[in-house]
Amino acid sequence: MREMITMVVVLTVLSTFSGGVLASLKNATAARIEVQQLKFVKGPAIKIILKGASNDPIADRFTIKDGDTERKFFVGKFDGKANTVAFESYGKGYGGDVGLMVGVNIEDDTIVGVGVTTHMETPGLGATAKTNPDFTSQFKGLSIKEALKITKDGGKVNALSGATITSRAVCVAATGAGNIYRKLKPQLVEKLKEFNQ
Amino acid sequence: MTKTLTHEFVKGLWKEVPPLRLVLGLCPTLAVTKTVENGIGMGVATAFVLVCSNILVSALRNIIPHQVRIACFIIIIAAFVTVAELLMQAYTYPLFLSLGIFIPLIVVNCVILGRAEAFAYKNGVMLSLADGLGMGVGFTLSLAALGAVRELLGANNLTIWTTTTSVIGLQEIFGPSFQPFTFMVEAPGAFVSLGLLLCLMNLVGD
Repeated sequence: MREMITMVVVLTVLSTFSGGVLASLKNATAARIEVQQLKFVKGPAIKIILKGASNDPIADRFTIKDGDTERKFFVGKFDGKANTVAFESYGKGYGGDVGLMVGVNIEDDTIVGVGVTTHMETPGLGATAKTNPDFTSQFKGLSIKEALKITKDGGKVNALSGATITSRAVCVAATGAGNIYRKLKPQLVEKLKEFNQ
Repeated sequence: MTKTLTHEFVKGLWKEVPPLRLVLGLCPTLAVTKTVENGIGMGVATAFVLVCSNILVSALRNIIPHQVRIACFIIIIAAFVTVAELLMQAYTYPLFLSLGIFIPLIVVNCVILGRAEAFAYKNGVMLSLADGLGMGVGFTLSLAALGAVRELLGANNLTIWTTTTSVIGLQEIFGPSFQPFTFMVEAPGAFVSLGLLLCLMNLVGD
């Protein structure tokens, strides 16, 4: 009986202690990890989407509360006006969530570009969604207000060969971005005015 | 056998070097040694976990009940692995991306659990520290050696460290006309080069 109690006590104390240490470390490093992710994962995608912007889109960012989630928006200035935002949305892929950075021009509601950020797709098949510019460039110029689909499902986007599920996930993410955009557009317009001053 | 600090440290460097003598911890050894940089990164992360878990296990060895010792070791090891993972994310993000799933998999690296069970649970803190350091350094050096062989033949480079702006290391060692054996940086190349390295270790002997 005594042994039982020691076992339970030791294991409990050890687990609680480790849990506490990890939770505080996670809090302490969270800000830095976010900066690193911006720099190495989201940064390159944003830079490609907002190519030619006169400002630094990663520095000019703001957040908007959408229900329980805080969404980050990156601002791109073209021709001296802050008229483009890039933000991330997700679609369910073959190996997990596929993150998609979508750039939208708020004046005419068209997509200026998309880029895959985080994914766990199969190397050589689904993973090419991130590296193949021919696939992502198809989204350029499409309206953000319509639902985007691959040609097999009656849409306009040619799927990657051998990666239908990933291609669908990217379309779902882009469509989801459209929904977020529609919902938050009034706030976005307000926020962008601040960057024009 | 007398147990001195130097003896415990040195044995990990040659006589009992984990991947090449004990043939333990082969999963990361085979998987991540595409470049010297990855090898060293993985080795240092493993060494960090090994040293910390050895110290803690040996410090708590009189408190940990014998029946649940493995569970306690795993909690300690898993906590340190998560610490290493968070720190790598925060400070060496590109390395974290290239090592990927193999960082959380350090938890099940049998070198670490093996040292906790076979050494730290039976010895004092200082001896365990020396043992962990020796094994960790030995592990790092073996991974770096394997990475060097594979990267040299497979990519004609030796990268020690990559920063955002520059690469520290040697590029195109055999000259630009050298056609790299791409085979060496892929999975089968890992088995072949590890096999040859093991063979070499056995030929050289103690």
